[in-house]
Amino acid sequence: MNAHTVLTADNLTRHYPVARGAFKPVATLKALAGASFTLERGKTLAVVGESGCGKSTLARLVSMIEPPTSGALKIGDDDIATASGDALRALRPKVQIVFQNPYGSLNPRQRIGAALEEPLLVNTSMPKAERRERATDMIASVGLRPEHYDRYPHMFSGGQRQRIAIARALMLDPDILVLDEPVSALDLSIQAQVLNLLSELQQRLDLAYLFISHDLSVVRHIADDIMVMYLGRPVEQGPASAVFKQPRHPYTKALLSATPVADPTRTSERVVLTGELPSPIDPPSGCAFNPRCPAVVDKCRSVRPELEQISKVKVACHVVSADS
Amino acid sequence: MTDTVSNAPDLDIRKTGRLELLIEFWRYFSENRGAVIGLWFFVFICLIAIFAGVIAPHTATDQFRDALLVPPVWQEGGTWKFILGTDPVGRDMLSRLIYGSRLSLLVGVIVVSIALVIGITVGLIAGFVGGAVDAIIMRIMDIILSFPSLLLALTLVAILGPSLTNAMIAIAIVQQPHYVRLTRAAVMTERGKDYVIAAKVAGVRPLRLMFHTILPNCLAPLIVQAALSFSTAILDAAALGFLGMGAQPPTPEWGTMLAEAREFILRAWWVVTFPGIAILLTVLAINLMGDGIRDALDPKLRRS
Repeated sequence: MNAHTVLTADNLTRHYPVARGAFKPVATLKALAGASFTLERGKTLAVVGESGCGKSTLARLVSMIEPPTSGALKIGDDDIATASGDALRALRPKVQIVFQNPYGSLNPRQRIGAALEEPLLVNTSMPKAERRERATDMIASVGLRPEHYDRYPHMFSGGQRQRIAIARALMLDPDILVLDEPVSALDLSIQAQVLNLLSELQQRLDLAYLFISHDLSVVRHIADDIMVMYLGRPVEQGPASAVFKQPRHPYTKALLSATPVADPTRTSERVVLTGELPSPIDPPSGCAFNPRCPAVVDKCRSVRPELEQISKVKVACHVVSADS
Repeated sequence: MTDTVSNAPDLDIRKTGRLELLIEFWRYFSENRGAVIGLWFFVFICLIAIFAGVIAPHTATDQFRDALLVPPVWQEGGTWKFILGTDPVGRDMLSRLIYGSRLSLLVGVIVVSIALVIGITVGLIAGFVGGAVDAIIMRIMDIILSFPSLLLALTLVAILGPSLTNAMIAIAIVQQPHYVRLTRAAVMTERGKDYVIAAKVAGVRPLRLMFHTILPNCLAPLIVQAALSFSTAILDAAALGFLGMGAQPPTPEWGTMLAEAREFILRAWWVVTFPGIAILLTVLAINLMGDGIRDALDPKLRRS
């Protein structure tokens, strides 16, 4: 842990009880089955994976919307997992979240100014004039105009709304911004604008980003570190450049090969996965990826691989660790 | 990064003040002719109630002993002194009807206010807290709803003692489960939305979350219900009055007037007909108006 670390997650899990009818026992859905990572100032950790791999659950845990089932989640020296009441309230402003859908994340009956001032209103005793000044400044710094202060959300386009959502998240001067697929609901051209805005804000405010996405071309653009998740567990974790240059885990390879590259001369071999994502209520034994893995060996079906450090990255795969 | 938004073509520059919203509402509302007629009649009743003291030719309780059961002016024996005739103890029908409008509107306003405040609060708690609290509240509401409303109101008044105040309380109690259900349903759909979660992450406390963040987004169905149950309240109050459980004589309440004049129905038609027509027109007007408000507020019936 170095001086830049703002958040440390250690073996974080989140289980949900699932009722399956009156005569069956309640099942446990392991949405997140153990993830460890750190967030650093000015750096972006991207979490990628297909639907249902636990990305959004991770976002909800880090932004304190729900508590983890087990594991430690530390901001500085305070553990979110065990903190309660006032301690949690004091930690809240440090982590803010931007949601995927900008049409649902703004209160339709609240003017933009009021939406931006609300975090200050409920957390600080700042006078009204100062709140207004801060909100106006923030509106300018996300690339909107002062007269937008008095408008309602329905008068804005998707990209503008996402800017407002980002502005609201920044009002409390957080250390960490959780971005839950912040651009996947936007047009491609708007995506670039919002991503540029995010990078600019990160540099200026020295923010740590937890960037949840399934769009690898976006991740390539913005991430410093990357964590590839499959069925609630990280399967490959490390610096983005290393992972993109040489993906090691078969799942990462398949994921990367599925991303189109704008280069007609380049012929890449496409790794096509067969089968569906298994149910997290009843995950396969051994490595969760074994039913779909092209490189599966016998050991994969019985023993679950742990994350192992292989050069710069951590990989959870028997085949990869045997090769190296 | 430069300002890339300043010339975005899709910026909506519609005005957003309360006045503009009202104008938009009026545009949708005025498409419904029945609703507009209902509204004007309602305004008319309101004006009559406010200026009752100026308009009414006599007071509500003046008894003209020399003019018992005088017919309306257009019938043989009618005089201009008593335009709609007099009742069995010589009180002017028109004046009593005019003063009665005050009571009817009062009943509507008070009943709806009580039911609305209690219903919204309880419904918000049920929808927001959920779990056992929700189950208990909703079962109690189911119990209230399972009784015929007038019968339950009647029982409550019988327990509380017959008076207009108690009748209003009873009707409000009978009506509030509808508000609880509506509020709860709306709150449950809003509760899980991202903007509520975002407010929670920003540190907004539960009370502010309930009343400031969620409630304003649940109001449309409640306004409609309030408008429609306004007329139900008037009707129920008149029914209780007719049964002797509401306003007590000599209060010029329309239902009570009907009850007092029951025995003269064959000899003097005007003593029962005019209060009945007054109730009918008022309730009809408010119902038409309520329908119009629902159509104008419900986005599903509207374009876009």
